[in-house]
Amino acid sequence: MTAIETTDVVVIGSGFGGAIPAYRLAAGGARVVVLERGPWLTGEDFEHDFKFGSSSTRAFEFTMGDGMNILGGNCVGGGSVVYFAAMPRAPRYAFERLGGAGRRMWPAAIDRPALDPWYDKVAESLPISRQDWNDVTYSGGLFAAACAHAGRTANPVPAAIDRAKCTNCNWMMSGCRFDAKRSLLLNYLPGALAHGAQIRALHEVQRLSRIDGGYRVHFNTVHDVDYREVTGSGAIDCKVVIVAAGAAATPAILQRSEEDLGTMPAAVGRYFSGNGERLNTAVVDENRVREVLGLSRPDGRAYEAYQIGKGPVCATWDWLDENLPEFHRYSLEQLYFPPGFGTILAQVRDATGPTWFGAEKKEMLRRWQSWLTVFIMSEDDNEGVFGPPPETGNADRISQQMLSRGPLRYDPTANTRAAWARADADVRDILERDGLAKVMPWSDEVIGAYTVHPLSSCRIGDDPETSALDDTHELRDHPGIFVTDGSSVPGALTVNPAFTIAALAERAVPGIVEAVARRGVPVRYVAEPPEAVSSSRRPLLTQA
Amino acid sequence: MPSEATRLTVSEVMTLEAFADTIIPGERRYATDRAVAGAADGGGAVAAGAVDLMASEEGGIGGLLPTLVIGLNDHAQAYAEKHDRTLDDSVPAFVALDFDDRTALAAALMAPGTDEQDLWVPLAMFSVMAWDTGASVHTTEALAAGHPGLTTMGFTEPDADGLWRFPDFSYRRVLASPHPHTTPSGDPA
Ligand SMILES: Cc1cc2nc3c(=O)[nH]c(=O)nc-3n(C[C@H](O)[C@H](O)[C@H](O)COP(=O)(O)OP(=O)(O)OC[C@H]3O[C@@H](n4cnc5c(N)ncnc54)[C@H](O)[C@@H]3O)c2cc1C
Ligand code: SF4
Repeated sequence: MTAIETTDVVVIGSGFGGAIPAYRLAAGGARVVVLERGPWLTGEDFEHDFKFGSSSTRAFEFTMGDGMNILGGNCVGGGSVVYFAAMPRAPRYAFERLGGAGRRMWPAAIDRPALDPWYDKVAESLPISRQDWNDVTYSGGLFAAACAHAGRTANPVPAAIDRAKCTNCNWMMSGCRFDAKRSLLLNYLPGALAHGAQIRALHEVQRLSRIDGGYRVHFNTVHDVDYREVTGSGAIDCKVVIVAAGAAATPAILQRSEEDLGTMPAAVGRYFSGNGERLNTAVVDENRVREVLGLSRPDGRAYEAYQIGKGPVCATWDWLDENLPEFHRYSLEQLYFPPGFGTILAQVRDATGPTWFGAEKKEMLRRWQSWLTVFIMSEDDNEGVFGPPPETGNADRISQQMLSRGPLRYDPTANTRAAWARADADVRDILERDGLAKVMPWSDEVIGAYTVHPLSSCRIGDDPETSALDDTHELRDHPGIFVTDGSSVPGALTVNPAFTIAALAERAVPGIVEAVARRGVPVRYVAEPPEAVSSSRRPLLTQA
Repeated sequence: MPSEATRLTVSEVMTLEAFADTIIPGERRYATDRAVAGAADGGGAVAAGAVDLMASEEGGIGGLLPTLVIGLNDHAQAYAEKHDRTLDDSVPAFVALDFDDRTALAAALMAPGTDEQDLWVPLAMFSVMAWDTGASVHTTEALAAGHPGLTTMGFTEPDADGLWRFPDFSYRRVLASPHPHTTPSGDPA
């Protein structure tokens, strides 16, 4: 029998929720092993290529559910590798939300002022910077000008992007070839490695079991091309486990652990939120853009620049207003989604036949460079529920990479639908004014709703009935298990969530350090930011 | 790619082509083309490699295709009976439907709440992806070969090293007033 490896802390998942505690615990002296189900891609692995098998599918996950589909990262660095790096703080009122139960969803200990110092830590570590109008891309500028024309405000959105290096290639979802996007591969993860942490790619955790003085983490190893293929399995023993597999995957690991660990809190796998997400696509009239908004590019074209840019750069925050009732608050953010994901569900305005496929859709696609996509982030009702976990991982994989089918069910309530309808009407009001564009929301009849911002499936709170974690992120009734990813966020934020997820993870670290120390590990809290690196290229020595 | 497409029969390929052509229609490849209905100018999903993508090993649905073909043709047969269409039986039933009937049937099969939506939507997604992204080949090669979808959409050519860069990307003007409560770090209050 081979001896089972032992360490102090196992971190499951290497996105924001995993990388941050991994760095701080390793820097503080703990032995840390990070298990990540996806591959470890860096630098030139990030291809400008839609071909199946390139980084656009290797690093990405699209999990179809019943009424809700989740897009996310599947690689070392998690969502930070494929995300758009728009990093606004959540507005004050988001923390005061009552939600369906009629009482404050967030723990009493957390509000915006309490979280601000932790946001600051993340901002300094990634880093995040304020953008100005010279950074705003054509599509962002067009959206801002349309907002202004409609009497609205619009803001350049703070971003974790190194503007000097960014080429505005818009290949964000395949990973950044130019190391301009400040993903976790450039800060917290190399910081963790520098302090001796190990990161093991292609290790998919299945479940936890109890051992004397801690937990055993059971994993499968998966094939580096065909993720459906299990190549082996193993386990690591540790004193403390940090579950950070993302809101789409954390519930499955905990549910599968119930057999050995005993009953999980009722809120594990419930209260999932898609951050009230929804998209609208406009096809703009180039002449009206010139005449009404007075916009033109150096080469004389008015716009025709959908492909150019770095994802979302401009947003209107007019409805992030604490005086409005719940489900009336949302942000609208201009966005780019590449062909494929970004085109399938877009609908033809005034179609006589099918709206999302067929001859009229092809006509709409001919004008793709004149598209403008607007992202709605609103308040939903936390109505997502995970069914029993699949045999392995968080979903049954269909394709070798990327495409899978998982057990999430999401049936949007009247509140959620009304919020979407209000925001849809608003997008139309802004963009159809004076014939600027024709706008349609994406179809929700083909695959249901979709989100790149899965949240709340294992949330913090003060009420044990509706929250799985206490305000230190410790799993109720299971001491030594902490959850620090997007699943811990109590509800929709009405803005992009990664900054808030990261700030919450930072806030949770001192408590986790104490928990590890209590178990006899010589570890202290380290407040310094990780040393920034400029290349994601993997240090040769550190791969296990 | 030693694609499983080679293992599909001629009539299976025709049926899948006719479905893909319903999703993103294109012009006929040759005068006697039956699978492609010729409902739009320029190459459609079929010319963009939809069946290769459906059958690709990476895609993972290749093994299902023969069953899907049987299902599609059964539905086409039932549709024809219900709507009094006489089908030319020298081609698969779905291929024998005209473009409008194929469209109506595809829409019905993918309608929300229907039993088989989960089967047909992925097939449609592969068809769209073939045209919009050319995912069965490298994007640079697809563009160099004049891929019908990417070129019709106006997807630009990369730099000589196969990477995209847009040095001209901004109007470089103040285009709106920021929200009055914006914090010094540029965040919502
Ligand atoms: C296309 C796209 C664009 C986005 N743009 C933005 C944006 O501009 N701004 C913003 O704020 N947010 C954005 N997001 C969302 C953001 O990426 C997520 O909110 C964030 O990454 C969530 O962090 P997390 O730690 O919860 O999970 P993740 O970052 O998803 O990390 C979870 C990690 O766990 C791994 N994992 C899962 N299961 C297992 C297992 N069983 N064993 C081991 N490892 C496992 C996953 O592979 C993944 O690497 C975007 C997301 C996408 C998909
Ligand atoms: S747009 Fe900029 S940050 Fe995004 S992938 Fe391209 S170079 Fe990187």
